[in-house]
Amino acid sequence: MPVVATSSSPSSARAPVPVVDILRLNTCGSVDDGKSTLIGRLLYDSKSLMEDQIEALERSADITGGGAINLANLTDGLRAEREQGITIDVAYRYFATPRRKFIVADTPGHVQYTRNMVTGASTANLAIVLVDARAGVIEQSRRHTAIASLLRIPHLVVAVNKMDLVGWSEARFNEIREQFEEFLPRLDIKDVKFIPLSALNGDNVVEPSAHTPWYVGPTLLGHLETVHIASDWNLSSFRLPVQWVNRPNNPTDPHLHDFRGFSGQIAGGIVKVGQKIMALPGGVISTVKEIHTYDGPVAEAFCPQSVSLVLEHDVDVSRGSILVGVDALPGGGTELQAKICWMHPRPLQRGKKYFLKHTSSTVQAVVTEIESRLEMATLESQPNPAELAINDLGEIRIRTAKPLYYDGYATNRLTGSFILIEQGTNATVGAGMLLPPTEVVRPEHTDYAI
Amino acid sequence: MPSYHLDHLQHLETEAIHIMREVAGEFERPVLLFSGGKDSICLLRLAEKAFRPSDLPLPFLNVETGHEFPELIEFRDHRAKQLGAKLIVRSVDQAIASGTATQAPGEVSRNKLQIPVLLGALEEFRFDCAIGGARRDEEKARAKERFFSFRDSFGQWDPKNQRPEIWNLYNGRLNAGENMRVFPLSNWTEMDVWEYIKREKLEVPSIYFSHTRECFRRGGQWLPVPPPHTDPAKPDLYAGARPKPNEPLKTMVCRVRTIADMISTGMIESPADTVDDIIAEVAAARVTERGSRADDRASEAAMEDRKKAGYF
Repeated sequence: MPVVATSSSPSSARAPVPVVDILRLNTCGSVDDGKSTLIGRLLYDSKSLMEDQIEALERSADITGGGAINLANLTDGLRAEREQGITIDVAYRYFATPRRKFIVADTPGHVQYTRNMVTGASTANLAIVLVDARAGVIEQSRRHTAIASLLRIPHLVVAVNKMDLVGWSEARFNEIREQFEEFLPRLDIKDVKFIPLSALNGDNVVEPSAHTPWYVGPTLLGHLETVHIASDWNLSSFRLPVQWVNRPNNPTDPHLHDFRGFSGQIAGGIVKVGQKIMALPGGVISTVKEIHTYDGPVAEAFCPQSVSLVLEHDVDVSRGSILVGVDALPGGGTELQAKICWMHPRPLQRGKKYFLKHTSSTVQAVVTEIESRLEMATLESQPNPAELAINDLGEIRIRTAKPLYYDGYATNRLTGSFILIEQGTNATVGAGMLLPPTEVVRPEHTDYAI
Repeated sequence: MPSYHLDHLQHLETEAIHIMREVAGEFERPVLLFSGGKDSICLLRLAEKAFRPSDLPLPFLNVETGHEFPELIEFRDHRAKQLGAKLIVRSVDQAIASGTATQAPGEVSRNKLQIPVLLGALEEFRFDCAIGGARRDEEKARAKERFFSFRDSFGQWDPKNQRPEIWNLYNGRLNAGENMRVFPLSNWTEMDVWEYIKREKLEVPSIYFSHTRECFRRGGQWLPVPPPHTDPAKPDLYAGARPKPNEPLKTMVCRVRTIADMISTGMIESPADTVDDIIAEVAAARVTERGSRADDRASEAAMEDRKKAGYF
């Protein structure tokens, strides 16, 4: 039921829309674990499917499915996917219950497509790792859980699927939970929930199952609707990577003759009119004169709002610059240490030059050291591997052509992350998470305040 | 103590503004695809939010099939003028006349012919990036789109080989001849679009609201009866799209839910004549928005095939 306070409004036909939040989740698992079926079931049982979608399912069931509806066809949108019965690329689905809006990224389990899991998971609040109850924990389960941990997704659900095929055995469920609990301490996930279910038959997905009297927890949807998502956004240290400089040409309004706004999305913290900020690179300190938005000037703004800042002084700032609060300076430098997920068939090589995109700035970078590689079978780090191959997770050292101004990924996802782009092909080949800086930025002119 | 909280529309808005500004920052010659439809109307407001008080740093482009609803064209021109933007229009008519596009025998719809015209326009103006209003919730193939969707020098989409898109770091790097399609509304649903139109008090073309119109039944849909063929000296542009004797006619109180052109748009019976009514109707809907699009009903993979060929 919608949680709406009874209002005195005479029009009951249009109840006020309650403030809803968005839960972003992604599903991962191996081929045939039933991810797409699970999402199909979620949509079907929560009545989020429309008649023409059900019709299309029935049509394809008659042609290819021998008459049975295949819920996976809802998300497997590409022809090759339906033909091969696999998911190739991240598919996004949207549904809403009265309590929440959901953005679901269905990410493929195929080994060669693990990069897509990173795509689907990088913005998620919650990850569902599917496990086939018959197979138990396999390497893919560990890999996906490790990626979820590396990306710092705060909530994890282990959906033990196909419970009908193991006779709804509580012992089997507990065994799988223990397999997980063996390696979870080596990872960095705070909240883990185990749910026994059958996506195919709908047990414990939206409706509680009669087959699991021994399970007292919520259904999957019940959990998704109620899990507490603390803000992912960092509100403590102000960061504004400048995307675009807003300078009107020949404005008719005289007030705008000297308008120079630094436009960007606040990547951390809060900014107020009158506050002192530092512009990097350069380190010049100025004061916020105006926070401009299309809807009028505001006295303060916060992460992740998009605004334009007007400063008191004429400061040399362009795309790629970052404006930061003087009370909490970021790290700065050209020698960086990071965890990385490699996503390309051409392995990561020491000494090779890449483009590195970090916030709104793209610089040249070279990998100087591959320090370690995560062994998936054991989740142990192996030092000094020769290279990182596709799907490998590891730790590297990088040198950039120009300094980066950054935070550790654990402190701020937006100023602590980067991608590596291969020169020539322009392929996005690596996703990097910076380790905390060892020292804060020391601009050349700390004493130079205008 | 202020609460530093954004509701879901504000989240979608700031995500989209960020993407618009990345486009302005990373591309030399971007363009915005503006049809006058509800999604691209939201795009224009987002562009204003991203770039004002400056002039919008990109022109608008529309590819006409020649079968447009006149209300839509009128609205498109009016809105572009209001915003002081340059509007470029290219049409399937011109392309057929110049021989760059050829109609398949017996085919009336010019939907697919928009592909060569769009690609031709991108080449003509050397646009390296086109912003479009497509949403992932519209259709299964669109559900696989990235925000930054890479197209090779033939304009093709390769769904098996998309660039990974991580956090909010979009890779806009291109080699000569390649281009990018960018979809800032990727995460918006039909409901979000209407709620945004309401919140921003945006004007929309009159055909979204209930009106009376003569329609005929074809392929499970009510299609609008095209304007009469008045000049016998010219070929009938709507030949094949006129009601046949066995197709029932009906004068309906109706509106459009999604707009293609007159040949591809099914009308829905509806009394909704305010944005609030439309929101209530969308909330209660039992069929998807694209259920009323003749162009998508061709096959399960109709959209996928068009996108691979360069469709927007």
